[in-house]
Amino acid sequence: MNETHFTKLKEIVGLYLPDDVSSDAIQLDSKFIDELNINSANLVDIVLDVEDAFDIILENEDMDGMQTISDALKIIEVKLNDK
Amino acid sequence: MENRVVITGMGVCAPNGIGLDAFGQSLLNGTSGIRHQADLEALKFSCQIAGKPSLKNVNLNNYFSNVQLKDLDSTGVVYGVIAGKDAWKDAGLYENMESLDWDSGVVFGTGILGVDKFREAIYKVDAGNVRRLGSTAVIQTMASGISAYLGGMLGLGNQVTTNSSACSTGTEAILMGFERIKSKKAKRMLVGSCSDSGPYVWGGFDAMRILPRRYNDKPSEASRPMSASAMGFVPGSGAGALVLESLESAKARGVKIYGEILGGAVNSGGQRNGGSMTASNNNAVIKCIQNAISDSGIQADAIDSINGHLTATTKDAIEITNWGEALKRKGKDFPYINSFKSIFGHCLAASGSIECVGTVLQFQHKKVFGNLNCEDLHPDIQKQVSRERVPLHTIDFESKIIAKASFGFGDVNACVIFKSYSE
Repeated sequence: MNETHFTKLKEIVGLYLPDDVSSDAIQLDSKFIDELNINSANLVDIVLDVEDAFDIILENEDMDGMQTISDALKIIEVKLNDK
Repeated sequence: MENRVVITGMGVCAPNGIGLDAFGQSLLNGTSGIRHQADLEALKFSCQIAGKPSLKNVNLNNYFSNVQLKDLDSTGVVYGVIAGKDAWKDAGLYENMESLDWDSGVVFGTGILGVDKFREAIYKVDAGNVRRLGSTAVIQTMASGISAYLGGMLGLGNQVTTNSSACSTGTEAILMGFERIKSKKAKRMLVGSCSDSGPYVWGGFDAMRILPRRYNDKPSEASRPMSASAMGFVPGSGAGALVLESLESAKARGVKIYGEILGGAVNSGGQRNGGSMTASNNNAVIKCIQNAISDSGIQADAIDSINGHLTATTKDAIEITNWGEALKRKGKDFPYINSFKSIFGHCLAASGSIECVGTVLQFQHKKVFGNLNCEDLHPDIQKQVSRERVPLHTIDFESKIIAKASFGFGDVNACVIFKSYSE
């Protein structure tokens, strides 16, 4: 796992946490919706922020497999390698 | 038995003050909330002044979560949530929000919502970038966005909806909530309306040449309802909110009561007999006022004060004639009459609700708030109403019953009758 990418992703995800969830809760195996209580609609915004931060483009199918933080990191790595 | 309906909470986000204290002080003292707007000047508007709530001393974190604040670009939503949450808090209901309340609902109207957000979306769509809109382009721009935000924040399980009837929207929302409680379909209704700020909302009115052009360097003198020199209405924005409640529920909770709603009426002139998309059918206005009076079970001579629609166009004198006809009163016998638009402009869809908050505050202050800028009362009004009935400054007067009306494009009318509360 790329530590820099994890930190960058944590910063993005932190912006969409409910006010009563601390960003310390963001772990590799955290589930966006079930565990971090992120509103499913906001996953769209997280994807857009990830695209900007990593200069990649994510497809709708990429989003479907994105349940946890580590799922997201894997997709980011693939996209970066494809560049 | 129908429910009696009382007002147990109010909130306001207006150009002349946010919160009941600041807003009430401004009305008491006649402090104008109309300012020069640099953006309107830069965009070459003829009218470069407007009424716009100043949010600089407001901590939006008291009203929105951090996620909600992200990319929030709908001024109507911001104003409406401030007014709505403040009203709910004022009614002592704020603490019970964790659970769902089936007996409370919201009717919160607007004309058009989230215009700045919509503009941003249009640019992205036109650039072939629809996938970059983000998740909130819909909720910030759907008309019912404001009732949806409030309903979710407050956990309301009764009717949650948004009405829209141009400049009568706010007053109509109050009557919709009133009817729902009166007929026992709800115990409490948060009612009100909001209107966005900015050039995209106000531009259409500037283009119609119905806004004043000669007051860009003296904004506080620009809004001149009932004046011989009235040149058009000053555009405004903001939100007003009232918590309506059955008297039974209010008594059971032991909360303060600002006043009672006796009744009201809405109608339309059908754009017939002189009515049009932009002008009132006078017979319909008269009928609306008379219907409101009979719905309230009072006589016309029981009304001791009026808060008019009175926008500061040349039509104000006609509105006065309509009131006179509806009430069959004139001269010294005419009720006191005021227009808060002289202080904060015409807040369009929000005007009715903001002005109703001010109207009801008069009971609490035991005053009739003064009118700015009508030292030169229009001669056609002078013929119908004694000068002292149009106070230039706030006067001591304990109104028992106040009539408030709002009229809107599309030839639509709304009139509500408020009464000071007594057992």
